[in-house]
Order: sequence, then C-alpha cells, then structure tokens
Amino acid sequence: MSTIIDGLSLGSIYALIALGYTMVYGIAKMLNFAHGDIIMVGAYTIFSTLMVGDSVPLKIIAILLSVLVCTVLGVSVERIAYRPLRGASPLAVLITAIGVSYFLQSLAQLIFGAKSHTIETLIPGAFHIGSVRITYATLLTLLVGAAVMAGLTIFIAKTKTGRAMVAVSEDRGAAELMGIHVNGIIALTFAIGSALAALAGFFYLMQIPATNPTLGSMPGIKAFTAAVIGGIGSIPGAMIGGILLGVIEKLCLSITPLSPYTTAIEFSLLILILLVKPTGLLGRKRREKV
Amino acid sequence: MALLEVRDLEVAYGPIKAIKGISFEVNEGEVVSLIGANGAGKTTTMHAVSCLLPKLSGHVSFAGDDITSVPAHKLVGMGMAHVPEGRRIFQELTVFDNLQMGYYTKKDKEKFKEKLEEMYSYFPILSERANQIAGTLSGGEQQMLAMSRALMSDPKLLLLDEPSMGLSPLYVNTIFDMIKKVNEMGTTILLVEQNANKALAISDRAYVLEIGKITKTGTGAELLADDSIKEAYLGG
Repeated sequence: MSTIIDGLSLGSIYALIALGYTMVYGIAKMLNFAHGDIIMVGAYTIFSTLMVGDSVPLKIIAILLSVLVCTVLGVSVERIAYRPLRGASPLAVLITAIGVSYFLQSLAQLIFGAKSHTIETLIPGAFHIGSVRITYATLLTLLVGAAVMAGLTIFIAKTKTGRAMVAVSEDRGAAELMGIHVNGIIALTFAIGSALAALAGFFYLMQIPATNPTLGSMPGIKAFTAAVIGGIGSIPGAMIGGILLGVIEKLCLSITPLSPYTTAIEFSLLILILLVKPTGLLGRKRREKV
Repeated sequence: MALLEVRDLEVAYGPIKAIKGISFEVNEGEVVSLIGANGAGKTTTMHAVSCLLPKLSGHVSFAGDDITSVPAHKLVGMGMAHVPEGRRIFQELTVFDNLQMGYYTKKDKEKFKEKLEEMYSYFPILSERANQIAGTLSGGEQQMLAMSRALMSDPKLLLLDEPSMGLSPLYVNTIFDMIKKVNEMGTTILLVEQNANKALAISDRAYVLEIGKITKTGTGAELLADDSIKEAYLGG
C-alpha cells in the first residue's frame, strides 16, 4: 500500500515534468531536451536560497524563487535559442535543445562545482494511517501535484487562452488568422512548462535531498518516456504516463529480485507500448493536410 | 482610395517565383474574384496579402495602412479576416470554441453574444451543433463554420479562398448565397474560386491569374462573356 502511495507521489513528479515536454511538443512542435535541466536550475535555486538559513518562511521563499527563476529561464531560452529557429529543420532545433542542455549543465558546474551538495530535509516527518507510513513530503507532492494538474486541465478546457493554445497546436497558420499571437502562446507554454518543472524539482529534492549539475537528466528522460507512453502532445496522456511510470518504478524497487532491473523495465515498457500503439496511449495521428 | 491595394507583388518559394509582380485593388463594397487554374498562384496571393507568407517585393495597403510586413495576427484587429483554403477549422475544438476563436482579439462580451446569435441565425445548424467537436461536422457544415468564424470579428474585408471546394451542389449554393448576403450587409469580399462561373456571376470585378501573372481583368459580366475565358475556365 505504501509502495503505491510512494509510486503515485513519484508519478506526480514525472507527470509535472512530462506536461512540460508534451505541451511544448504540442504547441511549439519541438522536443525541448533542455527541459530536464530546468529542474536542475530550480534545485540549485532552492539550494542557494537555503544557504542563507533554514526556516519555514525561507523554504517558501525558496520555492517561489525557484518557480520564478525557472519560468524566466524557460521563456528566455525559447526567445534566445529556439525562436530564431522557427521554421528551420526540426533536426536543427533538436540539436540546439541538446546544446542548451549542456550549456545549463556546464554553467551550473562553473558556479557550484561538479560535486554534489546535500540539502537539509525540506519537509521532515511522517504520519501513519493504520500500518501505512506516509511522509508529509509524499502527501504534499500528491496534493499539490493533483491540484496543479486539475488547474491546468481546467485552464486549457475553459479559458479563451487555453482554447487558443489548443488552436495553435492544431493549426498555427489558422490560429494566426484568428488574431492569436502565436509567439506569445508559445512563450506562455514555455513559462507554464518551466514553472511545473520548478515544482517538480522541489518535490524531487524532497525525495533525494542533493543537487548536482546533471540532476535533471534522469528525471527528464523518465518524464520524456512518460510523455511518449501517454502520447506526446496529449496533456491527459502526460499525466497518465507519468503516474503509470512512477507506480511501476516504485513497485519494481519494492520487489527485491526485480529492483536492479527497474530502469530497464521502465524503458522496456516504453518499447512495448510503442510496438502496440505507436502514438502512445492517448496520442492521435495528426491528419495529413490535403 | 481602394480598401485593399496590392502593388507589384512578388512571392517566391525558395528560388521559384510563384507570383511575378501583380497589382490589383479591391474597393469598398465590392466583390472581387481572382480566377485561374490550379497552380496559378491564387492561394499564394491570398496568403501573401494576409501576411502568412513573406513577400519578395511589392506593397500591400489596407484601409490606408501599409500592411506589407505586418505580423499576420495583427490583421484581424485592423479589419481583415481570411477563410483559408481547405477551411482549416480547429477540428479538436467545439463549434462554439471555433466561433470564440474568431472573436479572439475582441473583448466586448455583449457584442460577442450578438455576433454569435447572428451566426446562428445565418446557419442554424451551427447552433444545434454548438457543443459538438468541429472535426465531426460534414464538409459543408465545416465551410459554414469557417465563414462564421471569420465573420465573428466583424471584418471590413473578407478573404475567401475556395469556399466551394469539395462541397455538394446544394452547399455550394448555400455558400454563394451567403457570400452575396455578407456583401450586401457591407463587407467587402476578395474571392478565390475554381468555380469560375459561380464566382464571376456574383463578382463586381475579377482578375484572371495565370502562372503568377494577371493576364486579364474586367467586370464579372465582361469576363463571363469573354470567349477565351469561356474556353479556359468555364467549360467552353
């Protein structure tokens, strides 16, 4: 039981990151391989803020600051590195994204060094329901994760801006003819994706309280896998894919003979799902233009 | 002064010039058609006018403003709406959401309801299907939606690119009746059509486009009676 809860919690982290991949893919039509490194920047922001001291208000400031820094960073990366390549070949954009990823990692290494820095436990403590032990960190991850995902779903489904995001993802040219400022919508997408990555970074630090320059790589790759499993471009798909992957990871880790193969099992799942359904669980084939 | 004025427009796809220096104008209140065969450059011209394609050279002005290199999304606010070829409605959104997107640049909620009711009165089927996903509509219904979506912004000039393409004769008549009605209510229209007969019949003036050049111009009636036009575009 507690494995499932841990899995849901880890899954929420993957889902939050996967949402960034899938939204950017759906709307800007690119794979932002620097997305995982945004998490790392968020983690270092929290680490730096907490060097000042250790108190509850400071922790809250650290989280808010990390969301702010990541949002600004995400939008700046789009503006500086990706927007000039709009209309260029997808391969050029992909290579640029990988370049941005290395740039951010090297920058972190320059500033903070290659060593790992440990952070004090962000939210200590746990409680019991019957025999099941749940940490406050897990509970917070679950609650905030669920609230953010619900909020995002409502935003996309009910607001005019949310509908415009779907419109841009479906047909950029037609959206522009409606007077939708496509570059603005793309910037907004990067802002939302990066803010979610910052939150994910915070939750990740609660589970593994240490920062290093490549901290974002593994959760980034896992979340990308989750997004592809769910069907890249699909928002509910990213949520389902993320949670599925988190639960499977924790289940495998809890079963002793399987635990060394956890990562292999996760990526095999990706291959299996793509074999059966190449568009992912909720992905749809894009209609070809006639 | 013309509402839309295109001067010496050239458009190229890479090294290939698709539009080789054309000039035309659309005066307020007119229906003007561009007719021509496949590949003549009609859709390219439309896309260049609404700034979806960059221009190699030339000038376009609209209602006195130079719009040669304005970002495409600014044109709706200036009073130009474009129904693109192939309709390009948002298939994943509902009919209502599509109409809402047509009103995207405007804020007035009361006016939005008014426009919405107006569209529903033109095409009652859209009101019945308001909450249906637009991709499930038939081709004719999608064309009605595409036109309504563009009209939501209350444009001065409506660009219509092949509105009758792929529609059954019944819908073709509905759409052409609608074009006439919209024009009578004060919207100026620039129309691109392969159905030259129908287009010329409702046009004040028309231009014939051949491989990127304007080869003939005249009133709709003149071109309908022109022998070479009859032979080339009206089925002899």
